Amino acid sequence: MSDLLRDGRARFGLGVLIVAVAIALLAPLISGRDPAAQGDIVATRFLTPLSTDPAGAFHLLGTDRLGRDVWTRLAHGARVSLTVGFLATLLGLSLGVAVGTVAAVAGAPLRLGLLGLTDFALALPRVVLLLLLAALWQPGSTLVVVVLGLTGWMSVARLVYGEASALLTRPFARAAIALGAGRRRLILRHLLPNTLTPIIVAAALGIGNAITLEAGLSFLGLGVQPPAPSWGGMIASGRDTIVNAPWVALAPGIALVLVVLACTLLGDAIRDQVAGRPAVVG
Amino acid sequence: MPTRLLPRFLTGCAVVLGVITLSFILLHLAPGDPAAQLAGPAATPAQVEALRVELGLDRSAPVQFVSWLGRAVRGDWGVSLATGRPVAGMLGDAWPATALLVTLSLGLSYLLGVAIALLQATGTRRNDTRLSVLTTTLFALPGYWLGTVLVWCFAYQLQVLPAFGAAGLDADFLPPAARLLDRLRHLALPLLTLTLLGVGGAARFVRGALLDVEGAPFLLAARARGVPERRVRLRHLLRNALGPVVTLLGLSLPALFSGAVFVEGIFAWPGVGRILIQAVLARDTPVVLAAVTVSAVLVVLGNLLADLFRTWADPRLTDV
Repeated sequence: MSDLLRDGRARFGLGVLIVAVAIALLAPLISGRDPAAQGDIVATRFLTPLSTDPAGAFHLLGTDRLGRDVWTRLAHGARVSLTVGFLATLLGLSLGVAVGTVAAVAGAPLRLGLLGLTDFALALPRVVLLLLLAALWQPGSTLVVVVLGLTGWMSVARLVYGEASALLTRPFARAAIALGAGRRRLILRHLLPNTLTPIIVAAALGIGNAITLEAGLSFLGLGVQPPAPSWGGMIASGRDTIVNAPWVALAPGIALVLVVLACTLLGDAIRDQVAGRPAVVG
Repeated sequence: MPTRLLPRFLTGCAVVLGVITLSFILLHLAPGDPAAQLAGPAATPAQVEALRVELGLDRSAPVQFVSWLGRAVRGDWGVSLATGRPVAGMLGDAWPATALLVTLSLGLSYLLGVAIALLQATGTRRNDTRLSVLTTTLFALPGYWLGTVLVWCFAYQLQVLPAFGAAGLDADFLPPAARLLDRLRHLALPLLTLTLLGVGGAARFVRGALLDVEGAPFLLAARARGVPERRVRLRHLLRNALGPVVTLLGLSLPALFSGAVFVEGIFAWPGVGRILIQAVLARDTPVVLAAVTVSAVLVVLGNLLADLFRTWADPRLTDV
């Protein structure tokens, strides 16, 4: 851990993520406003950042076209984006780890079946599936989590399968098999702990991807439904007013890029740490 | 070569068939009644029933699927529920636009990505760090947001490029040279968006591949023989790192197509992605099925091409 903190990328990534999670957790305390609250719309819409409205309320990041405070919506939107991203990645990872490890220890028919399924799912155009699923069922955050999870497990499955089948040829795994360890014990005690690092790296990279896609679905109106604040929805509504009020779309976009960048850099740092390669960005 | 390609081709066909089947099942499982939706709120139950029979929706799902598949193979893709236009015509007009956008941006982003990665792998540590920050940031950008920001910059602030569409309103009345320029100006922003999105991932991956080869003994040997550094980098280092890069190029096609869906939506680029978004939002079943099929075929073809290219880059693979 202390080695990890010597890497500038890890410090940046952890720092941004901690701030983002803190903002999401403390959203009601930080702004004390209702993210959907609309005052006198004509008087308070499109206020520039750092301005004070006629009622005396200060708007750090300005207001959108309905006079809602952008900073408040950004903080509350962080809850949606981070939660959905985290849960979707967790679901995808669990599926991927399950398929990967089972395929590694299973006999030929099951193994070939699982690997074929993985290759097939990997060739599917993900956004097409996301669009289909999200548009045809009632949009909402639960659906987004399930859909992102179900379309995001394949690369993890391949990764884990590769690691696990390489581990199976190692003496300790052979010894465990010779001593009569069952498949379940083999997976839980020997394979999983040893594949944990690549899984963590995949998780860090996957969360960024999931957050981007969640915002993309909300952007198309297929994700989290208004008036609930979400970063993608904020970008979508800010897009219509990008000419006279660019901050409405810029603020959630920058927040999104920072969080995804943090996840990627953290993932890179962990991977390099494990690979024993010297830190490149420092 | 053909013996190597045949299984790949068959797998490709299986993937396309699988995508179609999956989409059909999803469309069928989705709640709601397409006939009632199409007939509108004012229709009587008898009218809805008549429409259902007319569309063939009263038959069982497998029968519908097989009959759709049979007609699709013969080139009859049905009629759009939303616009009444033949689906084959809609997609026939749309796919060249998508193919143009995706191929150009794929080529550009990999050229730029390889160039950046070469600079990183062979330059100073400081440069490497700077470029890493750049590529990772590009990698983190969401397409719909980047597109919006670029429109804000180039179309509204600088007013140098058109914000959407593939041709100006007066395109049909322009002389050929001016029409081409008009086309290129419309292509600029969607292409820039998609390329910037691709460059980050490409450069990150190529840099990794180059660093993996960097320690190889044959490079040391080449340098010891006095081969010029430039030649070592291009002929020995880059060519050996190319294998995994080309594989990734094939694998990144689905992701690129996904990016193209958003970019086409934002820039109103008249391609398959935009049709797909509109059709999904309107629950236009025949169009959704056809657009999904076309996108799956494009992806599978891309993978096949990547396979061919890889055997060209690394002749050792043909021996297998």
